[in-house]
Amino acid sequence: MPNDTGPTPMERFIQGILPENPVYRQLLGMCPVLAVTSKVSNAITMAAAVMFVLVCANILVSLIRNILQPHLRILVFTLTIATFVTIADKVLAAYLYPMSKQLGPYIPLIIVNCLIICRCEVCASKQGVVTATFDAVGQSLGFLLALVSMATVRELLAYGSWFDIELFWIAGTPQEAYRWGLMGMPPGAFFTLGVLLGVANWITTLGKKKDKASA
Amino acid sequence: MDYLAEILILAFGAAIANNFVLVYFVGICPFIGVSRRVDMAFGMGMAVTFVISVAAALSWFFTYFFLQPDAPWATAIYNALGGEGGSDLSILYYIIYIFVIAASVQLVEMYVRKMFPPLYKSFGVFLPLITTNCAILFACLEIMKGIHGAADPWGLDKALTLAIFGGVGFTIAIVIMAGIREELDLCDVPKALKGAGITLLVAGILAMAFMGFAGVKKSLKAMTESEPAAAVKVQETPPADKTAPPAKPDSVVASISKECDA
Repeated sequence: MPNDTGPTPMERFIQGILPENPVYRQLLGMCPVLAVTSKVSNAITMAAAVMFVLVCANILVSLIRNILQPHLRILVFTLTIATFVTIADKVLAAYLYPMSKQLGPYIPLIIVNCLIICRCEVCASKQGVVTATFDAVGQSLGFLLALVSMATVRELLAYGSWFDIELFWIAGTPQEAYRWGLMGMPPGAFFTLGVLLGVANWITTLGKKKDKASA
Repeated sequence: MDYLAEILILAFGAAIANNFVLVYFVGICPFIGVSRRVDMAFGMGMAVTFVISVAAALSWFFTYFFLQPDAPWATAIYNALGGEGGSDLSILYYIIYIFVIAASVQLVEMYVRKMFPPLYKSFGVFLPLITTNCAILFACLEIMKGIHGAADPWGLDKALTLAIFGGVGFTIAIVIMAGIREELDLCDVPKALKGAGITLLVAGILAMAFMGFAGVKKSLKAMTESEPAAAVKVQETPPADKTAPPAKPDSVVASISKECDA
């Protein structure tokens, strides 16, 4: 059994969330991380869409892994993903129309999100269905965590609110006061991600130092 | 607005004011991954521009004639097969685009290898990576937005302008970034920020600089749109101005005297 080698499904699930967080540790799927994190609600919708696509694509790829031709596999992955993204896009447009308008081209751009192709290639095309599912759920929870942390920082600074609820001490103040408009715009996305990446790296090195000291 | 101005504004918008990388965040992976050296960054930019133009032309063709609602050729085929009314294949957009991109990457790779071996050597390594570059799918999606349900659907000219200048904008951004990163290698960057962290911070400053061009685009648009009207106004206003300044002090004086009276 190929499943005996490598981590167990549960380990993969845990690893996806923090130790191998797709955004902060592997730098995958940066495009939605930067583009849709100006509000927490946008970020959660995006993460839900990515989770749906990643889980479905991983299950399907894992089911057909034995009949895949090696030289055609990337094309098969992207076509599988494109099908599920079309479903997600139509569902969003039907039930959450304003949100789908706001996210705009970034929902179809999930197709070329490196995170999903990478998980199909690294895990789903080699492992069984159960392992692939756990891996997909873990990775997409890690992705959700990264998106929400980014969006929290940006929404607090840019709009003075969290999940569209205004902070109580600035509710009722004029629109310009206490709001850092730049954080809602493209440069703010780059700054926030850069600083958060730095913080994540710093915490990791702290942990390693402690390990060395205790050993 | 005349035709040339429209195309020029679209080109300026795609290349600089709405830069693909720094405003829409597409193509971030190569922007961070392949921006270590200027020559490699330039190769990547050229390869993307090349593929994006081919993919945009193909996807414009498919969208315009087959996929959009009531597309001419698809409707003709549908009616020839005995169907009634117009066809609507818009649900196939994404799948067709992915096919088109993968096929054009393959085609470009084969053509370049056969016809320009030195060129293939310089950017052949980047070509397979480009299939999963968001910038190309993003250009296809923008073209789709210009055709799908638009009152005045985009022609091939606009689609190609957007694609080529989008690619040029990508090249500009990635080459600037590579130039800065070559200098950054000599700097003492905090350990935690090394690599991607400092690159993103620098990209943020670049994005701030590029935000300034949004105003240029807006005023360009205003200029071309209101040019005849503005010319007429300039001729009309001087006499009005001559009469206006004397009127103002009078009214001010009048209001002041009224206040004094009160």
